[in-house]
Amino acid sequence: MQELIVFDHIFKIYEMGDTQVRAADDISFKINKGEFVAIVGQSGSGKSTCMNIIGLLDVPTSGSYFLGGEDVSHMNDNALAKIRNRMLGFIFQQYNLIPKLTVIENVELPLLYAGISKSKRRKMALDALEKVGLSDKAKNLPSQLSGGQQQRASIARALAGNPSVILADEPTGALDSRTGREVLEFLQKLHSEGNTIVLITHDNSIAVKAQRIIRLQDGKVVFDGPSHLPEAVVNPDVPIELQKNEKGGDE
Amino acid sequence: MGIFQSFILALKSLLNNKMRAFLTMLGIIIGVGAVILIMSLGNGMTSDISSTFESMGTKTLTVTLTGRGSTRSFSEDDMFEFVEENRQYIEAFSPTVSTSGTVRPTGWTEDLSTSITGVGEEWLTVKNYETEDGRFISYVDCKTRAKVCYVGAYYNTKEVYDGNAVGSRIKINGDIYTIIGVCDAISEAVDEDSSDNFMVIPYTVASRLSRRRTVSNYTLLASSDENVEIAKQLTLNRLYKTYEDENAYAVGALAEMLDMLTDLLDTLVLVIAAIAAISLLVGGIGIMNIMLVSVTERTREIGIRKALGAKKRDIKLQFVIEAMTTSLIGGIFGIAFGIVGANIAGKLLSMQAVPSLSSILLSVGISVGIGVLFGYLPANKAANLNPIDALRHD
Repeated sequence: MQELIVFDHIFKIYEMGDTQVRAADDISFKINKGEFVAIVGQSGSGKSTCMNIIGLLDVPTSGSYFLGGEDVSHMNDNALAKIRNRMLGFIFQQYNLIPKLTVIENVELPLLYAGISKSKRRKMALDALEKVGLSDKAKNLPSQLSGGQQQRASIARALAGNPSVILADEPTGALDSRTGREVLEFLQKLHSEGNTIVLITHDNSIAVKAQRIIRLQDGKVVFDGPSHLPEAVVNPDVPIELQKNEKGGDE
Repeated sequence: MGIFQSFILALKSLLNNKMRAFLTMLGIIIGVGAVILIMSLGNGMTSDISSTFESMGTKTLTVTLTGRGSTRSFSEDDMFEFVEENRQYIEAFSPTVSTSGTVRPTGWTEDLSTSITGVGEEWLTVKNYETEDGRFISYVDCKTRAKVCYVGAYYNTKEVYDGNAVGSRIKINGDIYTIIGVCDAISEAVDEDSSDNFMVIPYTVASRLSRRRTVSNYTLLASSDENVEIAKQLTLNRLYKTYEDENAYAVGALAEMLDMLTDLLDTLVLVIAAIAAISLLVGGIGIMNIMLVSVTERTREIGIRKALGAKKRDIKLQFVIEAMTTSLIGGIFGIAFGIVGANIAGKLLSMQAVPSLSSILLSVGISVGIGVLFGYLPANKAANLNPIDALRHD
């Protein structure tokens, strides 16, 4: 198995006046190519920090992050932008489509920054929209689409450049449960086609759709294993009977 | 990302908010418009003055003899001899003796206000005028001090002789003179205030009238524009030979004066245009202000773009081009506004106020430059946003 993402003793420490906040406190894990991993945790568990570091939007205070075998933890902004563009596909909770661009223009954006020619870009974007079943909405503005369609458009955007990793941050957070389920099924389909997917969520019921769960708490990994194990969805500090009523933190 | 793409994107974003775009551009529109208007009026003024000078003859040289501190003199015979020797450079010459006197046409009870100049027989050629009726003053008239005069077209109007000027008599300082010829109309409207109200008499007669013994002013006509400078040098050399003192005489070319005057006007127009250009600076600051607001409003968009792989350079380029597009379009509107304004002002002032191509290109260049200059700071701010903060921004 090819190791795609390697976290090697990652720390992220914020200085808040006199106090230190350890958003990532010695996190180590490896994600292989073709895996579907959910990183789960409550608000403040460090999963957002983790996602920002995986997504190359942030750099760790210490420790090393290898993406595709390359140490990317201490690169400059431009180099990070280039790798982000080539290797990562983002799916956000708020879709984050640019409102004044049409759907296809939004999908083309990462290709545009990759410097791909106009005709090729258009073709790749159309292919991606085809995959998510939105080719008929290509010329629409995002505001003319339903929430589920907008999220599919943002998935198309993530797919368009054939990234090594698809990074989904609470992809169902803004959707009703039915459309949310559709999106998850779509992610599973992508996984079955060989894509590597990292899903960030606070919701256990969503996390179990992944193949493997990494559970974070207070900046530390408290569980890392297959999602079918009962411990995967158990918060070790809270008795099981209380967890039934638990509502996830909002991020 | 290509520059053209950024340009299209910038256009779209301007069209999304037309009112704001217009208000942002207003400073540039007014600035460029004012500069174009002033430059056009300056051009019109310069060409007006040039054409006035050209109608006076750019081939003309004026010679003034003061004879200061010298006992030698340079007579009209000396001048005649000099001109004859240099006919290939000097086409014609005439003494000019300005004089004053009272002029009263026959049958009038009051004096006619006119100009009287004493001239030689080649004066008509020097001035490039044509005779309408009769003849011009001859060499013999000059030699014999004949009491004849040649008049402008005004004398043939109803107000004076009504077509019968030639052969009529006229009193100058109480003496009776005969009108021997009438000149073609020079100006469009022939009346008392026009340049058609003039009278010339033999220079010998004029010298006597003004009680001067020698002729101290001459007008020379060079044979071509290229020969003006040669004719001037020849004249200067000849005069030096006589006086051996450069202060005793002066030779002026009208063309030189014209050059000096247009230089002066150009400088003046440039200074005024530069003052008008200050409003361009204000316009640029307006653009910067709106761009800073726009960066704040679009923080999230910047975050998305960065997450998708936009480099700092890409973001910076996008905002600089947006600012540049704003000021460029403002500049184009300003040029249109300036041209229309210049047309209206030109009509009102009855002059040809046309902006030069160079002033248009300069304005376009300046407005693009302002966009880049004042767009840079906001663009830099956008490029340096942290993508995480930008994505979290509402």
